[in-house]
Amino acid sequence: MALCVQDVAVARGGVPVLSGVSFTVAPRTALILRGPNGAGKTTLLRTIAGLQPPLSGRIDGAEETIAYAGHADGLKAMLSVTENLTFWAQVFGQTDIDAALAAYQLAPLADRLAGTLSAGQKRRLGLARLMVTGRPIWVLDEPTVSLDAEAVAMFAGAVTAHMATGGMALIATHIDLGLNAETFDITPYRAHPDQRSGASDEAFL
Amino acid sequence: MIALLRRDLMLAFRAGGGFGLGLAFFLIVTVLVPFSVGPQSDLLSTIAPGVLWLGALLACLLSLDRLLALDFEDGTLDLLATAPLPLEAALSIKALSHWLTTGLPLVIAAPVLGLMLNLAPAGFTWVIASLALGTPALSVIGTFGAALTVGIKRGGLLMSLLVLPLYVPTLIFGAEAARRGAIGLDGSTPLILLAGISLGTIALMPFASAAVLRMTLR
Amino acid sequence: MSLWEYANPVKFLGLSARLQPYLWGAAGICVTVGLLWGFFGTPDDFRQGSTVKIIYLHVPAALMAINAWFMMLVASLIWLIRRHHVSALAAKAAAPVGITMTLIALVTGAIWGQPMWGTWWAWDPRLTSFLILFLFYLGYIALWEAVEDPDTAADLTSVLCLVGSVFAVLSRYAVNFWNQGLHQGTSVPVATGGRTVADVFWYPLLISMIGFGLLFLALVLYRTGTEIRIRRSRALLARSKRDA
Repeated sequence: MALCVQDVAVARGGVPVLSGVSFTVAPRTALILRGPNGAGKTTLLRTIAGLQPPLSGRIDGAEETIAYAGHADGLKAMLSVTENLTFWAQVFGQTDIDAALAAYQLAPLADRLAGTLSAGQKRRLGLARLMVTGRPIWVLDEPTVSLDAEAVAMFAGAVTAHMATGGMALIATHIDLGLNAETFDITPYRAHPDQRSGASDEAFL
Repeated sequence: MIALLRRDLMLAFRAGGGFGLGLAFFLIVTVLVPFSVGPQSDLLSTIAPGVLWLGALLACLLSLDRLLALDFEDGTLDLLATAPLPLEAALSIKALSHWLTTGLPLVIAAPVLGLMLNLAPAGFTWVIASLALGTPALSVIGTFGAALTVGIKRGGLLMSLLVLPLYVPTLIFGAEAARRGAIGLDGSTPLILLAGISLGTIALMPFASAAVLRMTLR
Repeated sequence: MSLWEYANPVKFLGLSARLQPYLWGAAGICVTVGLLWGFFGTPDDFRQGSTVKIIYLHVPAALMAINAWFMMLVASLIWLIRRHHVSALAAKAAAPVGITMTLIALVTGAIWGQPMWGTWWAWDPRLTSFLILFLFYLGYIALWEAVEDPDTAADLTSVLCLVGSVFAVLSRYAVNFWNQGLHQGTSVPVATGGRTVADVFWYPLLISMIGFGLLFLALVLYRTGTEIRIRRSRALLARSKRDA
């Protein structure tokens, strides 16, 4: 049971941005995606999470196994930390949120409304959400935005613990997380302008 | 699914959730009608069923804006789309919570406002029955409109433009049942047709709503 | 050779460029002959007098208003199922033509109705149905304008067109139920194959209807070509910007 991406091409707004991307994330490993801004990291991650179809290629092992965390955390300002987490746990058919609260040291904040948290605390709550999904593959888009060094360490610890139980993680980030993980640079896979990869605008060229 | 319903209801009842806004709007629109057409009680009595229906329709429309837009902005919809819950079910639940927080209070408030508009005594049952059967259709059709416009900045006005023509059959049958009942005729034919529209839209519209939402999230 | 070959924008443009001169010519001749014959070559109606002659504008416009929506429905289905861009753009191109036809039908109807019924507007089922059709066109065009990504816009408007068609039919029945109306019976009852118009009026009307049909076709081909060229320039721009 691994995440296997084969020869995938993705488009943003009808224009192909990446093509021929292939990698595998095996159980108990993590993969760090790197690339300059606008290279297509977010588009690739959204494609893997199933939010948009790839132009071509295959993505195996992503069916009902992915917990996705994008730029927005899906938190409700008027619900408490516990209520937010419980909601997502229930949506994914889980019940236990204590481990997630503990991993990101959210227990002292448990009854605060999410709207009153600082940006970093909100982000921690957003990341804690991944732990209550019970899904084996975490797909993370810039997870460390607005986190301080201590919180980054919490995050690295959570990912390591997740891998230890057979989980996988695919992380797009610019900073060094101190994780024992391979790095995959998407820069060489930039779609060539003359190459036909099935983007919707190509019919007009 | 229960979790989503409970969360939506909880959010609606908390501060800033907007519960009661639709009801208040309904109240104000109905109160403004006598100011605009004059206080003659026989005139008010004639137009009361229509006014109640139009007010209920506008109150439903008003609250649709927030139905999906807030969840879209904070990323909840992205996460829900990757959750095990089918998007069709999630949107049905959204429509249900919209009906519980907007449609149902309107049904309950309608008799009081009917009194103020001098609605004929025979009409009360028909107005309540037609609103109770018709407002669910308004919620599901409205969810479709909200899903269509959720990715568009300042989509509120556009949504009204898209949703209002879709409301025409529901409004015609609903108001017709109430009107016939109020003048002492049998309104069961339009009422049955209205129930048909409600059941049909509840069964089918979530598929259309989920389809357009997936297109928007892409 | 399959019809779907012309789903390729370049091939479509080639074919449409070859067809258009003939279409414009035939449409011009038919509309001119139909209207002139109708206005000057037919006797006045014994009850309605010369006002009846607006029928040569009113009926063809109403016919095309409905057929344009029907064409958009088919084009939307083709886009959703087979993802041919030309189809989606043809639907987009047909909408403004359709709404104009609807408007012509409504306005000529009002002008005709004033001397006949003594009122510019009545909440008659046929008039009301056309008004609702007008609103559907308005929403459809507004949605095309509002969505930035052209493919998403095509997807969303296609679904709106499908759902809207169902509700338009529902509205038609609801409106009939709601008010029986005073509009005269249809001039061209398709279902029965007969007609309620005498021959002297019928031939110019038929020519005028054919003319409006051809005019619609020519306009849609022309506008689809424009839409294709817009998309082509967008696609080229997007690529040149990315490579810069």
